[in-house]
Amino acid sequence: MPADTGIEGRDQAPSEVRVAGEVEELERRFQELVDADQRIEPRDWMPEGYRRTLIRQIAQHAHSEIIGMQPEGNWITRAPSLKRKAILLAKVQDEGGHGIYLYSAAETLGVSRDELVDLLHSGRQKYSSIFNYPTLTWADVGAIGWLVDGAAITNQIPLCRCSYGPYGRAMVRICKEESFHQRQGYDILYTLARGTPRQREMAQDAVNRWWWPSLMMFGPPDEASQHSAQSMAWGIKRHSNDELRQRFVDVTVPQAEVLGLSLPDPEIRWNEDRGHYDFGPIDWDELRRVVSGDGPCNRQRMAHKVAAHENGRWVREAALAYEAKLEAGYKRGARASGRAA
Amino acid sequence: MSSGGAEGPAPPGPEAAVPGSAPPPRQWPLWEVFVRAKRGLSHHHVGSLHAPDAEMALRNARDVYTRRQEGVSIWVVPAAAIVASSPDEKDPFFDPAGDKVYRHPTFYELPEGVRHL
Repeated sequence: MPADTGIEGRDQAPSEVRVAGEVEELERRFQELVDADQRIEPRDWMPEGYRRTLIRQIAQHAHSEIIGMQPEGNWITRAPSLKRKAILLAKVQDEGGHGIYLYSAAETLGVSRDELVDLLHSGRQKYSSIFNYPTLTWADVGAIGWLVDGAAITNQIPLCRCSYGPYGRAMVRICKEESFHQRQGYDILYTLARGTPRQREMAQDAVNRWWWPSLMMFGPPDEASQHSAQSMAWGIKRHSNDELRQRFVDVTVPQAEVLGLSLPDPEIRWNEDRGHYDFGPIDWDELRRVVSGDGPCNRQRMAHKVAAHENGRWVREAALAYEAKLEAGYKRGARASGRAA
Repeated sequence: MSSGGAEGPAPPGPEAAVPGSAPPPRQWPLWEVFVRAKRGLSHHHVGSLHAPDAEMALRNARDVYTRRQEGVSIWVVPAAAIVASSPDEKDPFFDPAGDKVYRHPTFYELPEGVRHL
């Protein structure tokens, strides 16, 4: 499917036929708006790179929400009580909702939903590599809520002020809902940590497995981050990867103490001089492996997603056919009554 | 002026037909969603979604945008039906209001001692 350039592309002549200096003028005005902390709205002029960066980032974010339904969905039928099951169902439904808010935001940039789905299914766009890890026990649902959603919130709160209006507005909704997700996860772990020795062990094991991948969610270290400087200048990003990672560690370490669970890093200790917790080195090779497709569940996640989409095709087509039939019936009815009158 | 959605891109144009192949399936149309948060307030734009028809758009809007009782009433509008002003700042569309400061009460200086005016 050809890229739909959206309203912008339709309203304005392509840049090559613009008179000399006009693009520079548009760029200058765009940057002025961003620097003044104003928002860019869908039909404003924007640099092609800004549009491309946003489409890539928002789409990857949307895909992550949708793929993220799988690891937790794995436990819906085996939740330990009806209450936990109802809560988990609501949470997984929220993740689907978040995906839809974000796809809608990406679509305002002139890309179609079908294209985005196709880009994911063909592997040309990615989702957060955290969802390539398996959920082995019920405690993993707790660890995902506490650590994975906690890391996501740390990343997402500054995005509420992103220079692109629709993305920022979607993030405001998402952040409000994520707080429930994080607390339900913490609640699961808190309960398990005070349960039988076996339950406590299960909680500790889940935290051990999810801690390091959660730290990797903030992306590569600042000196290796490709897109950061430009994204900062464009007001898409407000803090560096390492800053956000540190912020997450600082709030999470005391929360682990309240749980009475340990974090699997012997180097974590309070650093009086820095006013932050120090922590050990991250295994970036592992992140590279998982991102490039060799995580424990990459193939399973994609196969499941593609199958769900294909199996739902007849429903989407039937709904359209039904609508066309109603429309035709309505028109016939209108003609018939016109004749009668 | 151009139509095509309050925020959304214009609806997909006619698909180019490839000879010998079935036309690609049409995408569900885009709808803009407006929610009245509570009685006494007007409907506000909250986002958009795809749905095959108006009834499904309304149901989907309920599930997507009011999972936490955020509304007491929902409007869904086909994005293609919205006519929007041009965002270009050079556009003189809003200029006529620019030099009419006398429309604001603060334009007028009141003489000393005047009250309730």
